Amino acid sequence: MRLQIENLTFSYGEKEAVDDISLHVKKGEFVGLIGPNGSGKSTVLKNLYRALAPDSGTVLLDGENLLAMSHKKSALKLGVVGQENDVPFDFLVEEIVAMGRSPHKKLFDIDNAHDKYIVRHALEHLGMEKMSKRNYLHLSGGEKQRVIIARVIAQESDFLLLDEPTNHLDISYQMQIFDFIKRLGVTVLSAIHDLNMAALYCDRIYVLKEGRIVLQGTPDEVLTPENIFNVYGARCDAATHPMTGKVSITFLPAGIGV
Amino acid sequence: MRTGFVKKIFNRANPNMGVIIAVLIVLAVASLLFGIGLGPVTVAPEKVMKILLSRIPGLEEAIPHTWEQLDQNIVLGLRLPRVCLGMVVGASLAVTGVTMQALVRNHLADPFILGVSSGAAATATLGMLFGAFSFLGEYSLSISAFIGSAATIIFVYTISRVRGRINITQLLLSGVAVSMIMDGVTRIITLSAPNALGLHNATFWMSGSLAGAKWGYLTLPLAVLVICMTVLMINYRGLNLLLLGDESAGALGVNVRRLQKMLVLVASLMAGVTIAVSGTIGFVGLMVPHFTRLLVGGDHRKVLPISALLGGILVVWVDVAARMVLAPEELPVGILTAILGGPLFIWLLKRNTKEHR
Repeated sequence: MRLQIENLTFSYGEKEAVDDISLHVKKGEFVGLIGPNGSGKSTVLKNLYRALAPDSGTVLLDGENLLAMSHKKSALKLGVVGQENDVPFDFLVEEIVAMGRSPHKKLFDIDNAHDKYIVRHALEHLGMEKMSKRNYLHLSGGEKQRVIIARVIAQESDFLLLDEPTNHLDISYQMQIFDFIKRLGVTVLSAIHDLNMAALYCDRIYVLKEGRIVLQGTPDEVLTPENIFNVYGARCDAATHPMTGKVSITFLPAGIGV
Repeated sequence: MRTGFVKKIFNRANPNMGVIIAVLIVLAVASLLFGIGLGPVTVAPEKVMKILLSRIPGLEEAIPHTWEQLDQNIVLGLRLPRVCLGMVVGASLAVTGVTMQALVRNHLADPFILGVSSGAAATATLGMLFGAFSFLGEYSLSISAFIGSAATIIFVYTISRVRGRINITQLLLSGVAVSMIMDGVTRIITLSAPNALGLHNATFWMSGSLAGAKWGYLTLPLAVLVICMTVLMINYRGLNLLLLGDESAGALGVNVRRLQKMLVLVASLMAGVTIAVSGTIGFVGLMVPHFTRLLVGGDHRKVLPISALLGGILVVWVDVAARMVLAPEELPVGILTAILGGPLFIWLLKRNTKEHR
């Protein structure tokens, strides 16, 4: 068991944003967190990568208490790709990727040949080696996201937390990013907005609603028309797609089906 | 051919740090020599060099004594401490700018624009008037200025933080408001207690000046600059990561809270001790980091030392202009830096709003 969360609770003020959540991720699994906007997906992840501190509950990463670890140690184990990736300063693509090496560095270390090799390798993995000297400020949203994925590869942690990593991206980039991550073969816990994406890439899914886990299971078990209507209030049809073998969801406009 | 050579050194993608630093050090030394020579009474650079060399132990005899006593008094008594102070003040202000920009994640931050200088000036004058920190002896002024700068940074930072992010409009507006309030306080104090404040009049605190520099003014700002630079250079990775945002920095192993507290401390220390000796010299912390980033990019390992050198050189030359333009009248340096830096600020503001829709 890589990650074990028990009874995690967090509130921004009065109301619990995350209410008594327990979930686990096994080695090598790709686990999805889905749910409507404001259901607490991001908040759960922020509590894990320590942008927020939980009110109560325990989080064990590889059997160790994550919340008591030094920031550096948790950064060596957990890589994070968030939603906001704007850097309002002048950095080259390779400089942004090299920042992924930071947790490996001691106080006076400077980047050595090994770090440069890893940075180049990470960029090559995403087909971005020709862009290494480009200015990050001037990249498109999809390119920026690929640079951030390269950074998390350079970080060399084998557990990734993804917070809707493909939000706002064109569909080709969305697929590309998930394909890249899948190919890494690391353990993943990802908040996903798009249900079809979740069906395509996840081994298991947790469904959040109003800060609580209401459903869990494989995409086939979870993504049924009844469940989706109960959680999202949207009508749909679900069928196994002949080519992917995964469940595929078609949303139904008013007047069709009933 | 020559442009190719220049491009190879000042290449943004792969700057040659050794050469750039060497060039800047040569420029700094040249600025020192010319800066000492230039003024209402001009002393030729070679004469300045001779006078300076003659003070080095062991060389007194080797240099023929070919200058007037007056020249020596001007060079050693008046100009040398002034130019050295200009270097230290410029470097400190530029590095303070870099620090504050990392703290608020925006390149529009500067101790003057965010009201920190005004806050420091106000508490410094208050301290003088009431002798609040007089038991600390000669450092009382610097310490009261430090308290003012720290209080303003924390105040402006806290009110412009909206849901964990710095809101740039809030930041700039609160900076303006705070600096107006603090300038008002300073003016009242300096006008109501002219004797207690001696040399330091309202113009000094609000426009900044290096006139009246003494060797005694130099020790504390220099010591603070060296210590703060060391601390910042050790943490250069943390500063870089902070520019990615609090959450990304935390995810990459930075203890964000601790680092931010340290930056507040470093910025207020440098701003405080600098303002205590020079008054408010605005926009240096805005202009210098901006041009530094154009030269070498955003990596703090490069930005910090280059900003310090450029800041020192800039202030020395602006101070030369301050005593030359209306000679024998002295212009406050802060007025000249404002005339230079103000337009750049407006241009950056314009570009900033364009980039963020």
